[in-house]
Amino acid sequence: MSLEAAGFWGLALVLLASSLAVVLSKNLFHSVLYLALALVATAGVFLLLQSEFLAAVQILLYAGGVITIVVFAIVVTERLVGERLTQTNRGIISGGLVSLIILIAILFFVTRAKLPRAAPPLAGDLTETIGRDLLTRFLLPFELLAVLFLAALLGALYFARKEE
Amino acid sequence: MGLEPYLILAACLFTIGLFGVLTRRNAIGILLGIELMLNAVNVNLVAFARYGADSTGLVFTLFTISITVAEVAVGLAIVILIFRVRRTVEADHLDLLKG
Repeated sequence: MSLEAAGFWGLALVLLASSLAVVLSKNLFHSVLYLALALVATAGVFLLLQSEFLAAVQILLYAGGVITIVVFAIVVTERLVGERLTQTNRGIISGGLVSLIILIAILFFVTRAKLPRAAPPLAGDLTETIGRDLLTRFLLPFELLAVLFLAALLGALYFARKEE
Repeated sequence: MGLEPYLILAACLFTIGLFGVLTRRNAIGILLGIELMLNAVNVNLVAFARYGADSTGLVFTLFTISITVAEVAVGLAIVILIFRVRRTVEADHLDLLKG
């Protein structure tokens, strides 16, 4: 087994186990910590795919930003309610059934499709390619993203402000 | 390594996230499920970009990650607001709009 395959299966195992823990854990706080683990493992998968820049972004924004926000929200809401947040699942059977059917449907198409057996050789540095594309082909979406962030910032502030 | 293992992994992650969204009672728990689903999509995008030798998927992943962060910030602000008003985070109890 090659090093890449070994790394992939190790990461896949961690990723699947921590994802299952996210949706099944009784303690909401543990769920968030498992989500952090899953997101870092995903960054590892990005590294396997030679996208170092995206792996860094994933860890900085997702595992850093999102997890911090969620933990902060849990702490704030626990204080507001004054009791520990526990969470349970409802409709496990029907939910599991729907998920399973969709999984089988996706796998049906994935296994029947003609997929490349090996990755093509890298044409150049992927980070450089992303940077160039972002400022040429995708300049307008890139600028719109800034507007979206401004809107999200104002929206979050508006929702979370204190009542006058 | 072919492309197939990556797609299968992403499919499994996506359905695990979907299961979380469908079964969680807690609104924050549902948001975490959505995170997992988006994450699975990112794995797919990066894998296709690598194996198809096309950088569009990488740029798209960058956009997805950034937009997800904005989505979580607004979503959690709404959850906190709902907490303040209704004193609950159970999605089943948030039926104010129900006719």
